[in-house]
Amino acid sequence: MTEPRNQSVSLGRQTAGSSLRGLLGQTSVKLVLALIGIFVFFVVAVGVQEAFKAHDWWDGYDASLRFLGRPNIEMIARHTTIVGMAALGMTLVIISGGIDLSVGSIVALSSVAIAWLLQYAGAGPLTAALGGVAAAALFGVLSGLLITWLRVVPFIVTLGMMLVVRGVAKGIGREQKIDVDIARVKWLPELLRSVVGTEHSWMLAPAGVWVWLILAVVMAAVLRYTRLGRHIFAIGSNEQTAHLCGVAVERVKVIVYTLCAAFAGLAGLMQFSYLTVGDPTGAVGLELNVIAAVVIGGGSLSGGEGSILGTLMGALIMTVIATGCAQMWLPNWVQEIITGAIIVVAVGLDRLRHRRTR
Amino acid sequence: MAQRRIDSTDKVPLLKMQGVCKRFGATVALDDVGIEVSPGEVLALVGENGAGKSTLMKVLSGAVREDAGQMRLDGVPYRPSNPLEARRAGVAMIYQEFSLAPHLSVQENIMLGMEPATLGVVHWKEVRRRAIEALKEFDNPELTPDAQVSKLSVASQQLVEIARALAIGCRVLVLDEPTSSLTQQDVERLFKLIGRLKRQDKAVVYISHFIEEVKRIADRVTVLRDGKVVGSSAVAAITTDEIIALMVGRQVEELYPRSGRQAREVILEIEDLAGLEKPESASLKLRRGEVLGIAGLVGAGRTELLRSLFGLEPVRRGRIRLGIYTGPASPVRRWMQGAGFLSEDRTKEGLALSLSVADNVTLSRLKGFGPLGLVLPGRQDRATRRWIERLGIRCQGPRQTLSSLSGGNQQKVALARLLQHDVDVLLLDEPTRGIDVAAKAMIYKLIDALATGSPAEGRAPKAVLMVSSYLPELMGICDRVAVMRRGRLGPTRRIDEIDEHKLMFDATGADPVRNSTTGEHPAKGEISNGAEVAE
Repeated sequence: MTEPRNQSVSLGRQTAGSSLRGLLGQTSVKLVLALIGIFVFFVVAVGVQEAFKAHDWWDGYDASLRFLGRPNIEMIARHTTIVGMAALGMTLVIISGGIDLSVGSIVALSSVAIAWLLQYAGAGPLTAALGGVAAAALFGVLSGLLITWLRVVPFIVTLGMMLVVRGVAKGIGREQKIDVDIARVKWLPELLRSVVGTEHSWMLAPAGVWVWLILAVVMAAVLRYTRLGRHIFAIGSNEQTAHLCGVAVERVKVIVYTLCAAFAGLAGLMQFSYLTVGDPTGAVGLELNVIAAVVIGGGSLSGGEGSILGTLMGALIMTVIATGCAQMWLPNWVQEIITGAIIVVAVGLDRLRHRRTR
Repeated sequence: MAQRRIDSTDKVPLLKMQGVCKRFGATVALDDVGIEVSPGEVLALVGENGAGKSTLMKVLSGAVREDAGQMRLDGVPYRPSNPLEARRAGVAMIYQEFSLAPHLSVQENIMLGMEPATLGVVHWKEVRRRAIEALKEFDNPELTPDAQVSKLSVASQQLVEIARALAIGCRVLVLDEPTSSLTQQDVERLFKLIGRLKRQDKAVVYISHFIEEVKRIADRVTVLRDGKVVGSSAVAAITTDEIIALMVGRQVEELYPRSGRQAREVILEIEDLAGLEKPESASLKLRRGEVLGIAGLVGAGRTELLRSLFGLEPVRRGRIRLGIYTGPASPVRRWMQGAGFLSEDRTKEGLALSLSVADNVTLSRLKGFGPLGLVLPGRQDRATRRWIERLGIRCQGPRQTLSSLSGGNQQKVALARLLQHDVDVLLLDEPTRGIDVAAKAMIYKLIDALATGSPAEGRAPKAVLMVSSYLPELMGICDRVAVMRRGRLGPTRRIDEIDEHKLMFDATGADPVRNSTTGEHPAKGEISNGAEVAE
């Protein structure tokens, strides 16, 4: 066995070396670079467009600086928080080889539940927030149980849950938005309110953004350093192997869908904080943005692949494109075409690379 | 044989590959490789995994483009840019993993991609006629044009694949490990078919790990090692040992080691165990310090026996005692009770191919890799490195993804999981399937070392229960063997009380080598028929 032989192995995706090339080879690092690239593109594009419009290079320079400025960056962060929060949970689901289509409905349900608790149940903001997230998590438990007990594929179960939860949200709101009196919401709107130029300026970003980022770090650590995390990867990579190795596959799945719904609930909290209204018809189709963020971030719908950092980058890339397009006064439909193209191109490039290394 | 050799050199080779080179990055996969096959000739291509056989065949079938070299088909330059072009030119590959559409019928599969049609409307009658014509060759009752492919046995699926190749008029047929998942009877059938193909002047390239097979059906053998041709000879002029020596580049001494094993207390005891369908009835006692083999045909229920022992399939009746624990248990429990299971299907079930070596090795027990139940990658890697070293797993490190390892190395990783878990009872299902000789030798050595134990290092002997379809292997490393037939496990017998003939007789109920030996066993055949009626 000691005789040297040709290595019939091609380079693995996770190479041991920490060389620069190895580092650049990692999906998440590539995504960070892609994000920076797209950001720089818009800095220049916004400036050039403004310069042409005003026939003055200085105006263009100012516009570029505005795009680079703190208020704009903060806005990007704030706008990413809702999708980004839900995407943390979706990352777990997608790594485990599943999918959750009920996320948009759960966001709406959570925001409606929070509004209802505040307005009609006399709950304080903290109780209401926890109540909203708990309600969301409950439906996650239900999805998880249905998937494992009935052995129905997640796509179908969560498709059903998407409608069920939407119905429940509408039922709570009696098919209407729940407006909450300004006196009752107390600190909830602060979660995503801009801190630039206020007494909280030292926080750099509002609390909601920080909550999101801290949870992202926690989830990244869970995925990397805990048994649960390794089990999620194992299930997504090969469920039969996981079962054979004594992984409690069903329990892990229930946990994963519960966490996903809980994060959707937190996204609902952010949504509420943004709008201070519980809207049962809101967040329609949000699940697709969330899935897109995970998929741009390197998640594979066949499971076993994905990362929190990648997902964050995916979510940010989508917001940067939206913000950039908006500031260039491009109409909405152009934005949508660009975002759609980015999804396909990002994933297509990833697959192409996969094929080459195999 | 010598006669044939002279004949074949007279003919223009049907297929000739010359000076083929191929590099993947820094790896030289093929280095100036040349082979020749004449019409009506079977060329065996042997070599360890990673020797370049598959790459060479991929070049031949157009799946991979060569960097240099040329190929001629009937003397005409041939350079397919994809497998379809290769098939059109008359070269077909039958892979280990079949490329059939499982939901479609046999006839649809045979004519897939070349259905006779006008304006897109398929002429089903014509499809059927041509399918029946293609199937005539095989004389297999299971193969009807309307049968759904997923419901066929592995052997029949393989025949469908071959029928497809013949239906489009292929003249060069490449069979990649065609017998690795066939029963002895099906192997015989396949060999007869290959004989017929030879008579029809087809050229066959036969890739196999089983040297005995090569000796039986090939006319010539070419041995590849490290991407080079290291030898080529008429089969009649070379011995099995010589072929193996060429393959591994050195003499394999003691392929099946036996250190002084000593059977101790019974650690696994099953009595009249029955699963949902199979096994119907199985009883055995497994002791520490011994290797117990289970022989039998594919489909006899051997795999199901191991799986129901390990809680992967339900137990209907019977008693199981594992150490101090009794009764059936889930895989989680079985791991905790000190048993480990090695699946026969490492790609579908045994391993998570998109994960790293370290993750696969440690998956069954992610404990002790950090405080507070954390799993620190550094410690996972350290534990894994030990096994990479001990088992000689060829990889770049614990973080390499498993999909880029060769089959033998993947199998070692699967075994390393049982070792890392430190189980007392190893349930091994076809532990050496589809891996090269060197890796096999390594695994035999390992099994022997585990069963022997090492008092000096404080390692107690383990108990090994292994299922294998490869009789020389069972005869080589087991202390006792039991034969399973149609869901029933026969009595276990010491290895010195039994021989391969007897095992095969018990497994099939008919003597499989009647044709090749003197044909002296009509009586045995009758007995077996009687036994089958009784069942």
